[in-house]
Amino acid sequence: MSVSQDRIRNFCIIAHIDHGKSTLADRLLELTGSITGREMKDQVLDTMDLEKERGITIKMQAVRLFYKDKNGEEYMLNIIDTPGHVDFAYEVSRSLAACEGALLVVDSTQGIEAQTLANVYMALEHDLEIIPVINKVDLPSAEPERVKEEIEDVIGLDTSDAVLASAKTGQGVDEILEQIVKKVPSPKGDYDSSLKALIFDSHYDSYKGVIPYIRVKEGSIKKGMQVKMMATGAKFEVNEVGVFRPAPTVTEELKAGEVGFISASIKNVKECQVGDTITNADNPADKPLPGYQKATPMVFCGLYPVDNADYDDLRDALEKLSLNDASLVYEPENSDALGFGFRCGFLGLLHMEIIQERLEREYGLEIITTAPSVVYHVYTTDGSSTTVENPSNMPETGSIDRVEEPFVKATVMVPKDFVGAVMELCQERRGIFEHMEYMGITRVMLTYKLPLSEIVFDFFDHLKSNTRGYASLDYEMSGYKETDLVKMDILVNNAPMDALSIITHRDKAYYRGRSLVKKMRKLIPRHQFEIPIQAAIGNKIVARETVRAMRKDVLAKCYGGDITRKRKLLEKQKEGKKRMKQVGNVEVPQEAFMAVLSVDDDD
Amino acid sequence: MSLGLYIHVPFCLRKCRYCDFVSYAYNRNDAELYLNALNREMEYYAQRRLDFNTVFIGGGTPSILETDHLERLLYSARQHFQWTEDAEVTMEANPGTLTEEKLYVMRRMGVNRLSLGVQACQQSLLNTLGRLHDYQQVIQAVQIARVVGFNNINIDLIFGIPGQTLHQWQKTLATVMNLQPEHLSCYSLQLEEGTPLAEAVAKGKINACPEELELQMYNDVIDFLIKKDYQHYEISNFSKPGFNCEHNITYWKNNQYLGVGPAAHSHMQMQRWSNTTELRQYANNLMDNDLPVVERHHLTRQDAMSETVFMGLRLIKGLDLDQFYRRFGQGVYDIWPQQINKLTDQDLIEMSEGYLRLTYKGLRLANQVFVEFV
Repeated sequence: MSVSQDRIRNFCIIAHIDHGKSTLADRLLELTGSITGREMKDQVLDTMDLEKERGITIKMQAVRLFYKDKNGEEYMLNIIDTPGHVDFAYEVSRSLAACEGALLVVDSTQGIEAQTLANVYMALEHDLEIIPVINKVDLPSAEPERVKEEIEDVIGLDTSDAVLASAKTGQGVDEILEQIVKKVPSPKGDYDSSLKALIFDSHYDSYKGVIPYIRVKEGSIKKGMQVKMMATGAKFEVNEVGVFRPAPTVTEELKAGEVGFISASIKNVKECQVGDTITNADNPADKPLPGYQKATPMVFCGLYPVDNADYDDLRDALEKLSLNDASLVYEPENSDALGFGFRCGFLGLLHMEIIQERLEREYGLEIITTAPSVVYHVYTTDGSSTTVENPSNMPETGSIDRVEEPFVKATVMVPKDFVGAVMELCQERRGIFEHMEYMGITRVMLTYKLPLSEIVFDFFDHLKSNTRGYASLDYEMSGYKETDLVKMDILVNNAPMDALSIITHRDKAYYRGRSLVKKMRKLIPRHQFEIPIQAAIGNKIVARETVRAMRKDVLAKCYGGDITRKRKLLEKQKEGKKRMKQVGNVEVPQEAFMAVLSVDDDD
Repeated sequence: MSLGLYIHVPFCLRKCRYCDFVSYAYNRNDAELYLNALNREMEYYAQRRLDFNTVFIGGGTPSILETDHLERLLYSARQHFQWTEDAEVTMEANPGTLTEEKLYVMRRMGVNRLSLGVQACQQSLLNTLGRLHDYQQVIQAVQIARVVGFNNINIDLIFGIPGQTLHQWQKTLATVMNLQPEHLSCYSLQLEEGTPLAEAVAKGKINACPEELELQMYNDVIDFLIKKDYQHYEISNFSKPGFNCEHNITYWKNNQYLGVGPAAHSHMQMQRWSNTTELRQYANNLMDNDLPVVERHHLTRQDAMSETVFMGLRLIKGLDLDQFYRRFGQGVYDIWPQQINKLTDQDLIEMSEGYLRLTYKGLRLANQVFVEFV
């Protein structure tokens, strides 16, 4: 079905986790008949199991639907779904670039959260028309007026037309559609000029290759056309053009203003980068559309197969995952302790956890993850500088002039009763207070400069538990700063175990070293010999614990009725041993490599 | 190859606080039910015309059965099965439940070895364990048994009891020497999950015996008994020359045995099976002419080889390499070369005079050795 450009509306939905974005998207699909009640599973747009389980959207979807407005005019609406977690802010910016409008969905029982705010600002920068939707008004605890006020105060958006809605009951959804048609500008773009289509996402199909998701800005694209990727110069013939309704559906062509996908036998994801512009091969556009910044991984960790024989499988799995996830980067690395593996870069801790889980679940791999690290800038005394994303690559202490670490500007929104708790936490994490602002009379917005390394561990968990779940957090990179950092090694049986090295602030090194070796003592099983575990900065030992030698391990009784049970017990024990990593002559369980993460929890 | 018969008697006056064996509180009606069912089960296996070299009546507390019941049990075992002429026939007994009358019946019916659960001499430790006898009863039981004609008596002892001192353990050893037992089983206490004693330790109500102390106790008992002319022939077992427990050696050599009674296990013809632990189900099955077997599995050659090694290594003399080769057509070293090299390097095992055996260190870390062979 074809509609003229002035009847097209491209929009996305900005919302905090749990504020009802996916439910609303489902309701829009249902109401426009894009999907029948029978096909309706909850939250159609979240396709990955993980997304459904965690109730978050990781991977964007772009769905086309048709809507007949009150005057009987038919419109084509393209919803571009956006992820709601701070780790995926980058993907949000991509979907914004493909839209002219955005629904701002705010839970009327909660209010604006930090990430929502960040995403709204991003949308405003993209000049999007923003339609406020006050959701969940059917709940008894809804306070739509307070939330409206908050939106006006904090964002400065006019809320007199804000839609009071309940995605759950369907209340207000009609009104939302009407406002989209009325307020969101139609896309511009000339059908007849050279093709310019922005790749805002892609996925990998094992039969068809890379499938770019595109927003056509100028010209049109159809089957059989020769196209060129402007950044890479790679040329392809278009095999298929289509849209998501929400199932992929082949169409004639995509014209300026429309959103959809193409397939062109693109085998290598590198030839088709998200953010690139697709144009005609023989009559190329003179310059590409403004791309957007590539996502920079902020958190790095080592991923190693438990069984070294799985190395190739792990590589293949990472390759496949990265086809679908442009922000995942990886390169081979090896560790004395863990053998061959990969150093992987992630957008944040959630992203890291998700990749880890997908490797285990979808690819059946058993992996060991080392503690996450950020990227440090190290300046050496010979005047050169280097970046370090793996603590074990830190230059010798003596050759270091100074080290800089990445800081973020963190925004925390919290009910005012918890301000003290948040400040205390930020202080403890070496935060530098910047700003405090009241939003209405009950909520406060706090701004801190925080070292990224302090928040990648468990900052968010602590923030949530210290504020009974009320606080929301958003952060953006704010550059590097010199701090007093040291590398701390963990020596197991007198040999440094590279995978356990950490970079930490000098003031905290003693405390962390002590709790780390204590933790390791509990995790490393007793061997036939005594195992000293030490934390060292350079040559200086700052903490020591000992795993005592096992002197006696024997089953006193074993008679006729015990043999099967005993064999099973031994088999289990053997299985456990297999899952450990042999480092020198010490067997180290996998948990030990993650011990660094939760080191602050006990004692 | 020798064949053993095990008869499980699932009754006790009260369950000891450390015990995870299958046993029920004694009453005469249940004993009646049990004996009828047991007779049926033995009747069934009688068709196989089995010839037993050893018989072991264990529990529970076999001696809790009343005299007439004891006689019935032994009678039906004799009726349904052939025992070889020199068969070793052991019955376990709790010193508190033994009477002269019962001992006479046992003796008359062919029991020639008595195994007494003594555990400790100190009343406080017996209380910790939840034993329902005192040491005085032990002395009496042994005296009567000797008079009745038992010349092969085993004493079970436990060390590593929460609260037990090294001195108490040494005292116990010295004291039981007065009984001149032909055989001693000295077990380090295993805190079995789910037992009241294990729970008390888990909750911190009492402290488990420190490993170093337990090791000291183990070292002490070996030294002490060897000086008293006992042979240390299995991890926890000691005997005067000629008084090894042949029935248990059947297990350690991974030979065949038939188990009857609730919860009894059997190993015959490359199969292992076990009976239901429930007394009612056991009885009902048999009355319906069914076997009360709840678990049966066929052993692979690999299973059998593993079991032969880790059971065989329990014997101080070790695993007979030649016998292993004859049984499986493959040598132990051919199957586990790396493991044997590693364990030898770690000074946990040694090969000598045709046997593979645990070293001094290996004896104390036997589980670390066994795990390599599964």
